[in-house]
Amino acid sequence: MIPGEFDYHSPQTLAEAISLLVEHGDEAKILAGGQSLIPAMRFRLALPGTLIDINRIDGLSYLREENGHLLIGAMTRESALEESDIVQSKYHLLADAAAVIADPLVRNLATVGGNIAHSDPANDHPAVMLAYGATVMAAGPNGTRRIAIDDFFTDLFENSLEENEILTEIRIPTPAAGTGGAYLKLERKVGDYAISAAAVQLTMSGGTCTAARIGLTNVSPVPMRAKNAEQALVGQTLTDDVIEAAGQAAAAECDPSQDLRGSVAYKRDLTRVMVKRTIRKAMERAN
Amino acid sequence: MTVYHDPNKPRHVDDRVEVKHPVPEGASAKVETTEQIAVTTPPEVCGMGHRMKRKEDPRFIQGRGQYVDDVKLPGMLYMDIVRSPYAHAKILDIDASAALEMDGVLAVITGKDLEAHGLHWMPTLMSDTQMVLPTEKVVYYAQEVCAVIATDRYIAADAVENIFVDYDPLDAVVDPFKALEDETIVRTDKEVQTNRIWHWEVGDQAATDEVFANAKHVVKQYMHIPRIHVASIETCGMVANYNPATEKMQIYMTTQAPHAIRTVFALVTGLPEHKIQIISPDIGGGFGGKVPVYPGYVIGAVASLLLGKPVKWIEDRSENLQADSFARDYHLEAELAADENGKLVGLRVNGLADHGAADAAANPSKFPAGLFSICSGSYDIEATHVNFDAVYTTKPPGGVAYRCSFRVTEAVHMIERLTDMMAHDLGIDPAEYRMQNFIQPEQFPYKSATGWEYDSGNYPAALKKAMDMIGYDELRREQAEKRERGELMGIGISSFTEVVGAGPAKDYDILGIKMFDSAEIRIHPTGKAIARFGTKSQGQGHETTYAQIIAQELGIPANDIEVEEGDTDTAPYGLGTYASRSTPTAGAAAAMAARKIRAKAKKIAAHLLEASEEDLEWNVNQWQVKGSPDQAKTIQDIAFAAYTNHPDDLEAGLEATDYYNPPNLTFPFGSYICVVDVDKGTGEVHIRRFVAIDDCGNIINPLVVEGQVHGGLTMGLAPAMFEEIVYDEYGTCLTGTFADYLLPTAVESPKWETGHTITPSPHHPIGAKGVGESPTVGAPPAIANAVVDALWHLGVRHIDIPITPQKVWQALRDAGVSD
Ligand SMILES: Cc1cc2nc3c(=O)[nH]c(=O)nc-3n(C[C@H](O)[C@H](O)[C@H](O)COP(=O)(O)OP(=O)(O)OC[C@H]3O[C@@H](n4cnc5c(N)ncnc54)[C@H](O)[C@@H]3O)c2cc1C
Repeated sequence: MIPGEFDYHSPQTLAEAISLLVEHGDEAKILAGGQSLIPAMRFRLALPGTLIDINRIDGLSYLREENGHLLIGAMTRESALEESDIVQSKYHLLADAAAVIADPLVRNLATVGGNIAHSDPANDHPAVMLAYGATVMAAGPNGTRRIAIDDFFTDLFENSLEENEILTEIRIPTPAAGTGGAYLKLERKVGDYAISAAAVQLTMSGGTCTAARIGLTNVSPVPMRAKNAEQALVGQTLTDDVIEAAGQAAAAECDPSQDLRGSVAYKRDLTRVMVKRTIRKAMERAN
Repeated sequence: MTVYHDPNKPRHVDDRVEVKHPVPEGASAKVETTEQIAVTTPPEVCGMGHRMKRKEDPRFIQGRGQYVDDVKLPGMLYMDIVRSPYAHAKILDIDASAALEMDGVLAVITGKDLEAHGLHWMPTLMSDTQMVLPTEKVVYYAQEVCAVIATDRYIAADAVENIFVDYDPLDAVVDPFKALEDETIVRTDKEVQTNRIWHWEVGDQAATDEVFANAKHVVKQYMHIPRIHVASIETCGMVANYNPATEKMQIYMTTQAPHAIRTVFALVTGLPEHKIQIISPDIGGGFGGKVPVYPGYVIGAVASLLLGKPVKWIEDRSENLQADSFARDYHLEAELAADENGKLVGLRVNGLADHGAADAAANPSKFPAGLFSICSGSYDIEATHVNFDAVYTTKPPGGVAYRCSFRVTEAVHMIERLTDMMAHDLGIDPAEYRMQNFIQPEQFPYKSATGWEYDSGNYPAALKKAMDMIGYDELRREQAEKRERGELMGIGISSFTEVVGAGPAKDYDILGIKMFDSAEIRIHPTGKAIARFGTKSQGQGHETTYAQIIAQELGIPANDIEVEEGDTDTAPYGLGTYASRSTPTAGAAAAMAARKIRAKAKKIAAHLLEASEEDLEWNVNQWQVKGSPDQAKTIQDIAFAAYTNHPDDLEAGLEATDYYNPPNLTFPFGSYICVVDVDKGTGEVHIRRFVAIDDCGNIINPLVVEGQVHGGLTMGLAPAMFEEIVYDEYGTCLTGTFADYLLPTAVESPKWETGHTITPSPHHPIGAKGVGESPTVGAPPAIANAVVDALWHLGVRHIDIPITPQKVWQALRDAGVSD
């Protein structure tokens, strides 16, 4: 478990990091918390020629509310989410997820930006950000642009960041009144990736669901929204039958593969169960 | 009945001959069960029964342990290993030229190189053979193909990537039942072209068949006890240090059995045994996985021999999980019979052992399926017959006795599952049913149908205590109420009997070396002592418990006794630590050696007190004139005199050695009760409570026993719900990291509620039995029985371990239950 040879850079500014990216092209990899990249390198599944460590760049780690959004700096550690009063009091879906990602040791290093940038459907943040309808900020040689989360994930471990762009920030809309969210995950043991997990953000108005976004973890090759499940909820009173219908829709539209975590049939049915339970929890919080 | 045996192959029949060895003086003649731990020494002495904190812990807690990987010698080289990406393939070519051109790469060792020295094959502990490095084909995934020696660990790893091996893949043999068909032969090197390794039988077949023919009730179940890995936190490794000037081979090695290894090394390599020193320093967990010799050890030693320099080899986690010996992997087709009164009368088992590419188990030689024939467990069963076959498959060789006295875990799981099934079928509460069928306390010593003589036991007492502690009746009421509401709750019991402490010389040997163990105690002039043993602690706490045994016998404070193990140049010969044998063998030797010292001390005391020996009596730490404790000489006084003022007719010094040959094995037991809640939606099983009552005879140190029980229970939880080595159809191991080989952590472990009863061993000098493995053996069926108990009313009769959420989900959906 010894990685191959690589060059190492530790830029002090974002501009410096971007110019290193431009210089080294697809030979280079950004190193954030290293909790996905380093294991891959140790197994020599990833063999980057150059590592650009962005841990020494100031100003990439923050959590603050601005203009109706929660702004999360890319280098914000998972543990910071757990310790943040803002997150814990207002962003329940995010808070739920932060507590079940990996284990405390990993969370002390792993970054929110890295979790999204890695674009692994097994990671928990993609589904969370899909459910929030978040926005991703990317900085490159031509400045900064915003990418809607719905346009971000393009394939397994692939996203719409350009080769020379760095993810700098994630923006989550501050939940409006009547909005509640939750994240529930079934894992084989602590620190495991989900067998299936559901992220739900709902807006309720007088007993009727007026908006719903649902993200699913680890049941598709690309992080996905359960759009049919969302549709089953919107405009409805959330009765047991409606919730069951949403669960079944999610089970039908997800696309899991068989592995040590379970068979396709198990993962689909589990997705149904997880989606239903998460909807119920989100509903409670919305009211 | 399926009989896997090939009628043309010779049968091994268990032919243990009963021999009574003399029971040592001081062993308790009459055995009663108590709960009170006897403490007869003051806290300063800290003899048996004191909750002494472990003497070894300060250095572990402070990071001052010395493990093999901490050994750094001047000029040390590093080895890394090229491993096979195929489970079964011909090796057409190994091209190491690019690696050999790298700066810092000194050598690449292949099977052909070893062949030149006759070292490309080695014997296993079961007298089978195993490749060190292949010359023709590989027979398991991640098998060692060749090795690189370099000046730097990182260069060695890079060089591995620069060695190109050309393979011609062959069909993998993954399913042991397919292996029986002999379509693809794994061991083409053997004279007879078959995958069958051995056939073994125990018990009276005719009598058993007859009991079954007349039985009123029979339950029958196929079960698989899955292939698992010890996954000790420290992987395996060595530093081989051959000194061409002294011609001495010094090997620091992660081994549980340093002396046996030395002898095997001498026999295999031809090096003279006095020129081999095996040092087993601190060991980070062994659990049976550090008993065998792995190819890496041999290659490393050869490399050091050829290069005349120290060579370090430390496996990484994936190598350890993928290539080192597995445990278990027994397929059992078992039947249990009861008469019209529900009394258990017969047990019939057909077993198939998947050994991988070599029978590299570490059982006593006479016992190809270990002590599996203890399978009638805690029950008085008239007739038992066991039929066992073993096959080769293209998987790593094994299997070791993982925290289990040679296949007892498999046996206990089987009998406890079957007994539960029978109780459920008969509609009798499983606790009550066990009480009815237990071997009763007055039946001890009990002779089982498969030839074991159980030394002592009181099974009803342990079960009763567990039931009281957990509130059994109340739980059954709660379960009934919950069932009405459609909630799933289960209560599972396991009342196991272990068999440990191998063993009496007559029947127990490894490669011919008898399974005694030893202690050597030297008392220094100032009354402090050093004690050395043939065993080797890997976390068991020997430095503390052995010291307490000696403190008990001699009154020397346990803190004044240095316990040393693991260096073959200094320690007396012994067979090592595994199978819960240390206390039954070396622990007994410690007491016996201490008693020899006490006897000599008496002579010195008589001399000093000018009294006759007959007038003296022993009192905690001194010989005193009978009835007058102030006319006494303490052991410290006596020790000083042994070097300064000893009687003319006595040798100076105060030391003794004992090689202990146990008269019988010891039979620890216990009753565990587990309560689970099952999630109908996800299939998750939540262990709500787990009560464990263990009886390991007299307790040396309650703290250490509890620690052993906690660890063992967690290692029982592991295969019950999490761990399994999985292969795909090509024989590729899918569980080569801790991301997929699931070790439970504190988060998954329930709160273990422990307790004890004490039923001493009648033949052990201090009445102790060994406890390290009881919980690993006893826990899995308690958990499995609890889950099945929760689902029985839905028609679920059995779920194979590991009981994963998916398996429970499947059982629930098959029964039409959902959420
Ligand atoms: C034992 C263990 C268990 C885990 N369990 C979970 C889990 O349950 N759920 C979960 O979600 N995750 C889990 N993880 C993954 C963990 O959350 C990772 O840390 C996360 O996926 C990546 O974040 P990182 O900061 O460590 O990124 P790194 O590993 O440093 O980088 C990951 C990838 O993203 C790229 N990258 C990182 N930051 C940026 C950026 N700002 N801009 C552009 N590219 C960037 C890197 O180049 C690399 O390709 C686990 C990890 C471990 C070791």
